[in-house]
Amino acid sequence: MSSAPLLSMRGIEKSFPGVHALRGVDLDLAAGEVLALLGENGAGKSTLMKVLGGAHAADSGDLVLDGRPARFRSPHDARAAGIAVIHQEFSLVPGLTAPENIFLGQESARAGFFPRGEERRRAAELFGRLGVAIDLDAPVSRLTTAQAQATEIARALARDARIIVMDEPTAALTTAETDRLFAIIRDLARRGIAVIHISHRLDEIFALADRVVVLRDGRNVGSRPVAGLGRGELIGMMVGRELAEEYPRRTVAAGGVRLAVQGLRRGRAVRDVSFAVRGGEILALAGLVGAGRTETLRLVFGADRRDAGEIAVDGRPLAIRSPRDAIAAGIGLLTEDRKLEGLVLGRSVLENFSLASLDRLSRAGFIDGRAERTAFDRHAGQLRIRVPHPAERAGNLSGGNQQKVVLARWLERDCEVFLFDEPTRGIDVGARHEIYLLMNELVARGKAVVMASSDLPEVLGMADRILVMHDGRVTGEIINGPGVTQEQVMRLAVA
Amino acid sequence: MHAHARRLLADYGMLAVLLLLGLVFSGLTLEEQSAADASAARRVAARIRAGAPAGGRVLVAVRPTPVDTLLADNLARELPAAGLEVAEVVRGEPQAVRAALERIAAAGGRIDAVAATGRTGSWLVLTEMGELFPALGQPPIVAPDTFLWPNFLKADNLLNIANQIAVIAIMAIGMTMVIVTGGIDLSVGSLAALSAVLATKLIRDAFGGTAASPAGMTAACGLAVAACGAAGLVSGGLITLFGIPPFIVTLAMMLVASGLAYLVAAGQSIYQIPESFVWLGRGTGPFGLPHAVVLMLLLYAAAHVLMSRTTLGRYLYAVGGNREAARLAGVPVRRVLLFAYVACGLLAGLGGVIMASQLKSGSPTYGGMYELYVIAAVVVGGTALAGGEGKILGTLVGALVIAVIQNGMNLTNVESYTQKVVLGLVILAAVLVDRIRHR
Repeated sequence: MSSAPLLSMRGIEKSFPGVHALRGVDLDLAAGEVLALLGENGAGKSTLMKVLGGAHAADSGDLVLDGRPARFRSPHDARAAGIAVIHQEFSLVPGLTAPENIFLGQESARAGFFPRGEERRRAAELFGRLGVAIDLDAPVSRLTTAQAQATEIARALARDARIIVMDEPTAALTTAETDRLFAIIRDLARRGIAVIHISHRLDEIFALADRVVVLRDGRNVGSRPVAGLGRGELIGMMVGRELAEEYPRRTVAAGGVRLAVQGLRRGRAVRDVSFAVRGGEILALAGLVGAGRTETLRLVFGADRRDAGEIAVDGRPLAIRSPRDAIAAGIGLLTEDRKLEGLVLGRSVLENFSLASLDRLSRAGFIDGRAERTAFDRHAGQLRIRVPHPAERAGNLSGGNQQKVVLARWLERDCEVFLFDEPTRGIDVGARHEIYLLMNELVARGKAVVMASSDLPEVLGMADRILVMHDGRVTGEIINGPGVTQEQVMRLAVA
Repeated sequence: MHAHARRLLADYGMLAVLLLLGLVFSGLTLEEQSAADASAARRVAARIRAGAPAGGRVLVAVRPTPVDTLLADNLARELPAAGLEVAEVVRGEPQAVRAALERIAAAGGRIDAVAATGRTGSWLVLTEMGELFPALGQPPIVAPDTFLWPNFLKADNLLNIANQIAVIAIMAIGMTMVIVTGGIDLSVGSLAALSAVLATKLIRDAFGGTAASPAGMTAACGLAVAACGAAGLVSGGLITLFGIPPFIVTLAMMLVASGLAYLVAAGQSIYQIPESFVWLGRGTGPFGLPHAVVLMLLLYAAAHVLMSRTTLGRYLYAVGGNREAARLAGVPVRRVLLFAYVACGLLAGLGGVIMASQLKSGSPTYGGMYELYVIAAVVVGGTALAGGEGKILGTLVGALVIAVIQNGMNLTNVESYTQKVVLGLVILAAVLVDRIRHR
């Protein structure tokens, strides 16, 4: 590794209307280094990466690449300079094959015809170096998430990228695939390629990164080598305060059974699932991607039609045929994907908040604007939702705030049973903590919570009981306690 | 506050375009106008009286235009009221005046003054009367004051604009709701034709023909509108139950409805209806506002309230913005969509009834291509075709923009084929501006 940094960003400033996103950020990156970029949502991570990737132009500040000042006017410029950004939502064309995607925009065409064989060979070579098995003739839409991700990495390599930015790369990967990805990243680093790894998963950062940079409120508040860095210290840098415990404690006595589910079935996705949740209890649904947890929750909520099974709330059997029925019965579902299934991004925060409770906030069909506003303010205060104005477009909010808006929607509805599907995915540590506190408060009031989560520390930290699923079935139930380990859960998840 | 103001501007920016167009056409149609109302006639009479003896005889010379005729009528009242005598009222060209003068001169009559307009007052036959008819001498020629005013802004022109666009604007209310949900309804023009035909046929065959009572006519219209609502229900049902794209369902409905209209009317125009049927389409109320315009304004007010202050309005926007998220939040998506298509059908039916009332007949050829103008009004008004946003009052502005442009082009004598080109370009420009705004 050379002594002069490969990349040096100095004093980067960027403002949007109403938001001062970056307030003079400095960042150094050495060749072959794996740098973890941390920060709460809204701290400026994605804005900084957008500046680096050429999607935004900084208002002021310098960018020095390889000792030479650089100015990117478009993502094209950045790519040409050797910077590749891989977003959470991949920018691949689903209908084209992996090799076609890799060389999209770079085709060396002769008289308009692409050298297919040549591209395929080079693609095979790249995937070989990455150690990923892949069907080169299948359209990307039929590849797994991990394979699609590998395609993105291959594309970056085909363009001789020297810096690769990866945004939450492990969000949708299995453990095995995550290990594979880490091996790839370490190999890239060995070959002198610098990797900027954005993630909220602290375990991953400790396992993979060489150095950590923490952003807070648009500033770089610290750059530390990972070796010797303590977890609490890292969290403290991110939130600017010491988090006494990551998973807040509670002592709540469980009450009667609030939700009882028997024999749920839907094709191969959910096969004969039964469980019961009591008031004051958090039941976690653990398992790997594709185990059937989301599908189970959707069945309980009536979002999908079940082939068989009974659902009862507070002892009353229910014929739940649609979300409307479930909501009327006091069940609320916080979906896995808030942008696609949770929010109407084009409408205001206020409208999104009240969408499930309009019948209660109106008289004879006319909405009581004041009651609506009062309700919103109450929940916004409690959940610490940060918006300049409730009329703000929901799509403009950060991920954490968006999640809180959807949460507030169900709180306003005052459900008795809360179904949370990956409630803290893509959310910064500070907001996560607030959501955990909220969950504690809900069960303290006698509600029942079912939480599907891929985050094992979160599962062990928050759940009273853990139901592990695999391939559509319940493979085991664990009563949570101090001796329970992640391995126990994992063993049942892969059974 | 600042964000509010900016959003208001974005939402109703088309209003600025409308005002700008009004300004432009006002400028282009600025003309010397002759006052023709009672007070102008009174002033003319007073001026003549000041210079003529009591019982003075006045020749009134005007052209046979509506404005001049109005002046002549007013003068016929005001001159005697001022103690003058009207010798003769000539409505015609200079030859008619010459003939009248010859008659008067031959009969040995006297003319003490001439009441004319700015135009007629400069006719040679009047200004040279002393030379042509020495017996009559050269009486003073008095014309009402003139003032500069755009033809565009004349009261009857503005009312004309509103009246012409009333049908399309009313139909555009329903279309706005459908487009907000992310759909489209291509059948509105045909439904209007069907409604016009049904209403008139029912009046003719079932409610007494030319002797039909107001109750009978209302019932016939009600049934016609209801039939169109039923058509909307069918469209909506096919769209929600079978997931067929709205474009295709309503395209089919457009053809079916048009065919039915021709069948019901047996290919002819139905006109055997009472004269009083035109009450809705041609009648005017207080302030000279046509009934159709009043109805249009009332419906827009109601629709605005519905879209902006009721749960149904919120649901419409939610379904259009993200149908799945709306469903998972407990919105009755199917019912909301059905409402939109039924409302669109009903309002198309109402449009057809108004048209029949305007034209005092029902024909299956009515409403041809109307769906395009209706959709244009919605789009120009700022509603995105993708759904999830758009203001009802914006649609009203959009309809007015289209009407103003057509009217303005008529007033400035733009050829009708060119008008079509211009209108198409305007719609394109409106959508472009909208895209840029949302970038």
